[in-house]
Amino acid sequence: MIFAIIIGMSLVTMIPRLVPAYIVDKIKFPDWANRWLNAIPYAALGALIFPGIMTVKADQPHVGLIGGFVAIILAYLGLNVILVVLGAIVTVFLFAL
Amino acid sequence: MVTKAINKNEASQSLQIIQRGIAVGFPIMVGYLPIAITYGVLAKQAGMSLLELTMMSVLVFAGASQFMGANMIAVGAGAVEIIVATFVLNFRHFVMSLSFMNRLRGIGLNWKVPLSLGLTDETFAVSSLHTKEAKMEKGTLFYTALIMTAYFSWVFGSFLGGVLGEIIPENLSQSMGIALYAMFIGLLIPSVKKEIKIGLIAIIAMLINALCSMFMSDGWAIVFGTVLGGLSGIYLLKEDHS
Repeated sequence: MIFAIIIGMSLVTMIPRLVPAYIVDKIKFPDWANRWLNAIPYAALGALIFPGIMTVKADQPHVGLIGGFVAIILAYLGLNVILVVLGAIVTVFLFAL
Repeated sequence: MVTKAINKNEASQSLQIIQRGIAVGFPIMVGYLPIAITYGVLAKQAGMSLLELTMMSVLVFAGASQFMGANMIAVGAGAVEIIVATFVLNFRHFVMSLSFMNRLRGIGLNWKVPLSLGLTDETFAVSSLHTKEAKMEKGTLFYTALIMTAYFSWVFGSFLGGVLGEIIPENLSQSMGIALYAMFIGLLIPSVKKEIKIGLIAIIAMLINALCSMFMSDGWAIVFGTVLGGLSGIYLLKEDHS
């Protein structure tokens, strides 16, 4: 039963990923659509960060926000992504103590 | 002699590109491992076997929906409910895949298909910020190496979580929950520093997502945030011909 669920989840996850590979060569996008698609990564990053970041510690939304704020500062200083990630983890860990 | 030298040169060039892909994918690995371990622990507690929870990572490879799936299995939800919820949650990958595949135009389907299957929020975000490689001769190797790094750390981490069970202290694994958000921030900020309008696109998407999540599921809210937020790029990216 669980395997049937896994196969089903796999199919409905694969199909939306796969379809664009087949259609993208068949259509020529107008200029505005290309600009839209080029903006998608940044919009996706925004939507993935907020408001999800407030659920890092479910009952205390400020903990995630503080961790995110530290990440913004570290990233702004030009640190490598790994250091940004580690800095945020340490911040949240200290707040959770 | 000459052809041998050329072959050798070509092989070392491929190796270099693969190494670069792994290096660029490394932050994803750092972000994935703790989350995959947490997933493994949760799925085990939900009553899934080690084989089942590892196979879910192999076949689904989508973090949030796997957490949700394990949870729904734990509370005894039906198969159809779980599968429909997974579809809703992961539909955002359609939009991301469309954007990614649009950059890979001209590359054969034999590469496009496996690359599209390896698309997650994280592999998409990192790949999209490395656009030069899409035009390079062996660029597909770069994206393949990046995605494989992410994929193996996700599968291995899930397995490890299933084995480790409850050994990991809760406040440590909870602190790790910030990892992927911090990675997204770490990816976004350098682009914003170069072009402030990019920050505006991201903020618009955040606000639309926050607004939508008040009256729809998280999955759809992210889809709307991404699609509608991206529309602002039609105006904001106008002068930019990159």
